[in-house]
Amino acid sequence: MPPLLQASGIVKQFPGTLALDRVQLDLYPGEIHAVVGENGAGKSTLMKILSGVYTADAGEILFEGRRVTPSTPREALQLGIAIVHQELSLVPPLTVAENIFPGRLPTNWLGFVKYGQLFRDARRVLDDLDVHVDPRALVSDISIANQQLVEIAKALSQNCKVLILDEPTSALTEREVEILFSLLKRLAAQGVGILYISHKLDEIFRLSDRITVLRDGQYIGTVKTAEATTDMIIRMMVGRELGSMYPPKADEIGQPLLEVRDLRLPGSSAKINLALRAGEIVGVAGLIGAGRTELARAIFGVDPITDGQILLDGKPISISSPSEAIQHRIGYLPEDRKAAGLFLDMSVKWNIESVNRPAVTSYGFVNPNREAELAREYISRLEISTPSIEQEVRRLSGGNQQKVLVAKWLAIRPRVFMVDEPTRGVDVGAKSEIHHLLRELAAAGVAVMMISSELPEILGLSDRILVMHNGAIVAELDGNAATEEQIMHYASGQAAVAV
Amino acid sequence: METATKESAPTLRTNALLNALKQIVRAREFFLVVLIVFIAIVLHLETGHFLTGRNMRAIALGFSAHGIMAVGMAAALVSGGFDLSVGSVYAVGGVVTAVALREDMAFGGLPIELAMALGTLAGVIAGFINGLLITKAGINPFITTLGMMSIARGVGYVITEGSPIARLPQEFFKYGQGAAFFGIPNVILIALVIIFIGDILMRRSAVFRQIYYVGGNPEAARLSGINVDRVRIGVFTLSGMLAAFAGVLSVSRFTVADPGTGMGFELQVIAACIIGGASLNGGKGTVLGALLGLIFVGFINNGMVQLRVPVYWQNLAMGVILLVAVGSDTLSQRLQARPRVKRTEA
Repeated sequence: MPPLLQASGIVKQFPGTLALDRVQLDLYPGEIHAVVGENGAGKSTLMKILSGVYTADAGEILFEGRRVTPSTPREALQLGIAIVHQELSLVPPLTVAENIFPGRLPTNWLGFVKYGQLFRDARRVLDDLDVHVDPRALVSDISIANQQLVEIAKALSQNCKVLILDEPTSALTEREVEILFSLLKRLAAQGVGILYISHKLDEIFRLSDRITVLRDGQYIGTVKTAEATTDMIIRMMVGRELGSMYPPKADEIGQPLLEVRDLRLPGSSAKINLALRAGEIVGVAGLIGAGRTELARAIFGVDPITDGQILLDGKPISISSPSEAIQHRIGYLPEDRKAAGLFLDMSVKWNIESVNRPAVTSYGFVNPNREAELAREYISRLEISTPSIEQEVRRLSGGNQQKVLVAKWLAIRPRVFMVDEPTRGVDVGAKSEIHHLLRELAAAGVAVMMISSELPEILGLSDRILVMHNGAIVAELDGNAATEEQIMHYASGQAAVAV
Repeated sequence: METATKESAPTLRTNALLNALKQIVRAREFFLVVLIVFIAIVLHLETGHFLTGRNMRAIALGFSAHGIMAVGMAAALVSGGFDLSVGSVYAVGGVVTAVALREDMAFGGLPIELAMALGTLAGVIAGFINGLLITKAGINPFITTLGMMSIARGVGYVITEGSPIARLPQEFFKYGQGAAFFGIPNVILIALVIIFIGDILMRRSAVFRQIYYVGGNPEAARLSGINVDRVRIGVFTLSGMLAAFAGVLSVSRFTVADPGTGMGFELQVIAACIIGGASLNGGKGTVLGALLGLIFVGFINNGMVQLRVPVYWQNLAMGVILLVAVGSDTLSQRLQARPRVKRTEA
């Protein structure tokens, strides 16, 4: 069988960087082909070239044996190459159906939309994919997972033969991932070729037929998934052996630092009790909407608690705003670094000092020397790769942005540190560095609470695991003995009564 | 980005120096200074009397009120908002002070400084209400300050019943007409002092630094322990206060409080701030930039008069200048941003 898509010798030069250096890739009909590599390896650039967002400087793309040069996304779509970007491109205030057929709405002779037909057409597309979403629903009202499925439906409704997915699962829970995967497998069975980009190796091993590895803009190799191992892929990605993926767990755990008593989250009747102890990492697992982020925000005073009590060092404290939490040296690293964490258009320096502003202030004025010192201290401690402390954070890679976010919280020398999805959208190398850093903090006596939707991360790092469901903590598991199955069992609410 | 990994300390420092230099050259302020000098030279060669003390003085006098208002406007823009009510508040400030000074009116003739404070207080109140509506009621700055623009104008007319207030005490005029140092008019000095202090505060003060964080990313600012609402209320209060104070000074200069004065000032001041590098998206801008923007606009205006360009052309020219300034900036940013797409995540 001839390949559906064949790219060879692809070169793309950006000012200052050679983003792709003679990269090749081939995709067969019905194949799920994973493309992996660290941030900056060139995966997204390659996908943007295939989907017409960029044009290659050199190289050749064969589509069904014909040489093509898609120079706009529209041309690529007409050929049958569709891409679902990491950031969804739906229009939230419109209906699902309108989002599936943008620019191709059925109209009558007056130019008015024929909604009846539109909804019927959308229904048919969604039914074909076995996606249970109401075509009349507004996109803003459906879950992120369903939005993702709608995005795929939109791509497929244009008769696409090659579907490119860029990090499609970063906002999905395990169960939603399952739904997506079964859809992708069905599509592949119908002969669609799928290019799948992800940082999550476990997903890639479960889903793909072959894996292509890129590193620093170069093609490293393509292997059959059945013949590959995780270690082997990681070696190809980073070009070196990564030590043990996860640091060893705590051997000594201290006194409770922060205790929560009878806290009730809005919309839930369950009372939450928990203690975070010095020296331990407590993992908080659960599906999206289980109340994990809400719990952290309640403790941090973003959405102050109305019901319950928070104790620090055994003494009750009241936290009604983030600034009070910060005064108690409680830190909270939010899950969405771009929307809620960083000041993207500001310098690394300003970002690092943004929480501990008093540290760089004397007599009410900001002291430039102290600013520079503070920034340099954390740049070197976290090995943040930036050309200068004045660099805009927007221009850093995802991993380095995340490190800046961690740095701004470390600058208050937190005693209690709550991190929400601390390694989302971060490459393997930076991820491991952040894991080791969290462990070092714990070892130095910080109480760390880590919310994560990645079960391997929860299992690999936590000393203790709390599982949440529907605004309640439904299980507390030993970090050394728990299994993914166990966590999923509790997280999906199947044993809510047991605890 | 990959090239600059983990440098040793000395290289980092030389780089920092180079970067600092690059930043200065790339900064909007630098560009504006070059442009202003260029325009001044061209106009001087053209007219022969542009760069004279007298002409400079005339320009500075004409724009001193704008300069005071630009400090508050710069803060408002940096915080991610803007204040359309400054022109009306400027008028109200003057009217309130004039009423307070007149023996035959409501306050029975207050002492001069107290009357000036009262006029300024009117601006504080207007600005504070703006801030409250924007933060607590969640009405956006455009609608809020548009409403306040109309309300303040209305208040001025209601108080005066539409006619200007004259016959103010002679003693009051020393602020607006005097020249206490080296023959430089007081109003220019006062404006320069306010601009200078405003620039230092925005640049270095820890409290004012919060305005940049709020404008840069309000949600991140909140999670970083900044009281976003308080900062926004403060900024609008400051803007109202400075606008009213500028109005008080202008009454002292012109000897008459006219409730219809200051119309269109808001747009001129916003334009100057934007030309000076502030962004409607917030998080960016300096008082120095706003001042340079104002000088730029002032030179062009004055130059057109000197070159006997018909008055009717001036509005047109100002609009074109604003659009070219902002357009070129957006364009250069987009050009710079292009490789970024790849750099952030490839």
